[in-house]
Amino acid sequence: MSSQWEVVIGLEVHTQLATNSKIFSGASTAYGAEPNTQACLVDLGYPGVLPVLNKEVVHMAAMFGLAVNATVAPRSVFARKNYFYPDLPKGYQISQYELPIVEHGELFIPDGDGGEKRIGITRAHLEEDAGKSIHEGLDRNSGIDLNRAGTPLLEIVSEPDLRSAKDAVAYMRKIHTIVRYLGISDGNMQEGSFRCDANVSVRPFGQEEFGTRAEIKNLNSFRFVERAINFEVERQVELIEDGGVVVQETRLYDSDKDETRSMRSKEEANDYRYFPDPDLLPVEISAEYIEAVRKTLPELPDAKQQRICRDYDVKADDASILCASRAVADYFEAVVAATDAKPQVVANWVTGDLAAVLNRDGLDIADSRIAAENLAGLVSRIADNTISGKIAKEVFEAMWAGEGSADDIIEAKGLKQITDDSAIEAVVDSVIAANPSQVAEYKSGKDKLIGFFVGQVMKETQGKANPGQVNAMLKAKLAD
Amino acid sequence: MADLHQKSLLQLSRGLAAGDFSSVEVTTALLQRIATHNDKLNAFITVTGERALDAAQKADAARAAGNAGALNGLPIVHKDIFCTRDVLTTCGSKMLENFVSPYDATVVERLQSAGAVMLGKANMDEFAMGSSNETSYFGNVHNPWGLDYSPGGSSGGSATAVAARLTPVATATDTGGSIRQPAALTGTVGFKPTYGRVSRYGMIAFASSLDQAGTITRTAEDAALMLGVMAGFDPRDSTSIQQDVPDYLAGLGESLKGLRVGIVKQHFDAGLEEHTGNAVKEALKVLESQGAELIEVDLPNLDLSVPTYYVVAPAECSSNLSRFDGVRFGHRAKDPQDLFDLYCRSRGEGFGAEVKRRIMTGTYVLSAGYYDAYYLQAQKVRQLIADDFQKAFKDVDVIAGPTTPTPAFKLGDKTDDPITMYLNDIYTIGANLAGLPGMSVPCGFVDSLPVGLHLVGPHFGEEVLLRAAHQYQQQTDWHEACPEDFK
Repeated sequence: MSSQWEVVIGLEVHTQLATNSKIFSGASTAYGAEPNTQACLVDLGYPGVLPVLNKEVVHMAAMFGLAVNATVAPRSVFARKNYFYPDLPKGYQISQYELPIVEHGELFIPDGDGGEKRIGITRAHLEEDAGKSIHEGLDRNSGIDLNRAGTPLLEIVSEPDLRSAKDAVAYMRKIHTIVRYLGISDGNMQEGSFRCDANVSVRPFGQEEFGTRAEIKNLNSFRFVERAINFEVERQVELIEDGGVVVQETRLYDSDKDETRSMRSKEEANDYRYFPDPDLLPVEISAEYIEAVRKTLPELPDAKQQRICRDYDVKADDASILCASRAVADYFEAVVAATDAKPQVVANWVTGDLAAVLNRDGLDIADSRIAAENLAGLVSRIADNTISGKIAKEVFEAMWAGEGSADDIIEAKGLKQITDDSAIEAVVDSVIAANPSQVAEYKSGKDKLIGFFVGQVMKETQGKANPGQVNAMLKAKLAD
Repeated sequence: MADLHQKSLLQLSRGLAAGDFSSVEVTTALLQRIATHNDKLNAFITVTGERALDAAQKADAARAAGNAGALNGLPIVHKDIFCTRDVLTTCGSKMLENFVSPYDATVVERLQSAGAVMLGKANMDEFAMGSSNETSYFGNVHNPWGLDYSPGGSSGGSATAVAARLTPVATATDTGGSIRQPAALTGTVGFKPTYGRVSRYGMIAFASSLDQAGTITRTAEDAALMLGVMAGFDPRDSTSIQQDVPDYLAGLGESLKGLRVGIVKQHFDAGLEEHTGNAVKEALKVLESQGAELIEVDLPNLDLSVPTYYVVAPAECSSNLSRFDGVRFGHRAKDPQDLFDLYCRSRGEGFGAEVKRRIMTGTYVLSAGYYDAYYLQAQKVRQLIADDFQKAFKDVDVIAGPTTPTPAFKLGDKTDDPITMYLNDIYTIGANLAGLPGMSVPCGFVDSLPVGLHLVGPHFGEEVLLRAAHQYQQQTDWHEACPEDFK
């Protein structure tokens, strides 16, 4: 691909809001129930039924607006988006069109040069999800499952500020982190709670006007976002360089073939005939309400990351990993609060060994088999020299296996570090005595052999000797 | 008990309370009348005889046990636009020919909780779209004052059933005049409350921002009695208003002394048939004789109300009726070839011509490129009309005039000319656009056909309207006139 092309991307992220009931009815939003068991008459669009707004979604949208430094509209309006589809029971989707609840927001993503760049958020609006059509196993018929119909969504639309697939993924991850911090979405991508459409175009560098865009629908993983955009950029560039033109259309990403293909052209696009929904009143939000919501906002990822770097002297990269999830950051802080060990040591454990076992066993931090206070117990024993870092890993595995607290395990397995100088000296002396040729080599200048001697002492003591003391004593004795 | 059917709801209520007769007797008598007369009138789509007798027995038992509700044992009829649990609810359409509702509308639920006994479901224009009851899939309704005349619409079945003494009261709905116009043409009292006063939940939507449930009765008192039960906030309807429901019967006896009655000059222009105009003018004199003061008011944008209405109402209906797609309920075409075929034929076969006309008009005015010129423009004019009314109500308590430009017209007379048909609602549509309460009260006859006095009040001005109508009915007996064959 020629490097004269600038990529322009805008994302529409659809976030399912984590309410108990639907946006306009009292039916449950729980995932995975038998088809059509969580759809009431309102969700089914029966004659005569009316929607009633679930106030919780307004609160959630306001939280999001404040979190991305946006304007939460004092007045927003629900509109009907009219089209026919079997899984759209009313023949229209209730959404927001001209007056969305959130406008003019922003967030920041890494710029690749150690700095960050601003991505504008045009708007975020509330809407209801449609149901699901099922085509498999029904003998050429189609089934309709309306459990999802009426599930609340917040659609977050970015400015066309993203310049690469990598930018797009960073932006999407940031939104993902924010909605989970706010507790307004579970962000579960497998269940479709978090997905996006990508508007992609290319233009020659330096050109101000945008190229014609294609919209890639329904991307439900970070990996697919990256691949679909990369494919699409390549397709558009090749097309233009071969003398063709990009047409405005909707495309679908096929993850099996790793390609996008045309779904419908602009000419085939629906005229949705939006108009304000007369069944719902405009959503009026007072300044007092917004201030009350602001007070309930948790610390947000950027602020938390900066604070962890600053207050705990943790490396920026580690702080970033810790803060990718609010639960992980909370866990980290809970460990730090319960130990005198250095926070960077705690960060190493949380982002290293703990992350590895969680990942291995497919668990969330909330389901960690080692509670924060127990990890604190372990790092405390390293800090006070009761055990070495190496023994700690053994203790950690035992804790993960459910064998008790760090202290219990150290006691039961006799893992306590040997710090008694005379005990260490006896082993050191015997190791020196047993390896005369290595002693001679060391003395002739082969300094690296110190590792060999330390290893022998540790082996003799089953790793329990304090490595610092062993090292110092060996050096002193071999210098004689 | 020969004259039970001539009694008003309030008279029946007193008689039941006094033990003069039972609910079973009243119900039996009226079901008998329905059986005798409905063939001529076609006022009912469904008669729920067995269910009614059962409810009447329970009401009598409840009364005996001292648990009589406000409408205990009293007969009512519901317009077939209200969802009634386990009972056919057709909305006058082939589309819902077999639709048995799984739930009760709030209006139905409230009346039932008060002890009312439903006799059946009244015929109506298909999806309430019509002014003559000729768009019903279930056939024309015949005006009891002349069987070859239209009773008006869309609540023609409700109005006819009340006028022919098959029931003392019926529920109805009004989007552009669908309660008041048939009331005028059948010599009954039609009452449309303020938009938001009565819940729309369970009332099959035609134009959501205009639809309002109300009543057809023979007296203003009965309208007051009914409204007291039907009105009130409903958490299931976001557009219903949270405001206390007054005792509508309490103030009816107050005199009209000092009542400021607004007269709109344009209402008496060329479009009004002369004799109808004279009857209305006589009615105004009666009000004046009772102490009311007539004041001329100006509603400068009123002539725009019909065109405005025929943009707003079809726009909303085109969207509201999208749910009738043959997928989940209602009519489904046989052997669809594919999805498109299923939609086209289910809707093509299920809807009648007038409904299709309005869906197409509405789809057009909401389309890209036309929205601003039609829908948005209509909303702006709607606001102007509402502002005109608001300004007028600074100077007057009610506005009075004719309900319709003419008395009832013959069935078939206007079916080929939708525009002339639409103009039948010229005086009533303004109240819907502005969300105001309005009513029609019988005020005389032209060539043996009844005509109505139209009263419009300010927002939540139900009490003053009902009082004016009640006081007028104390001085007149037009409402007591009964069509010859239905005495």
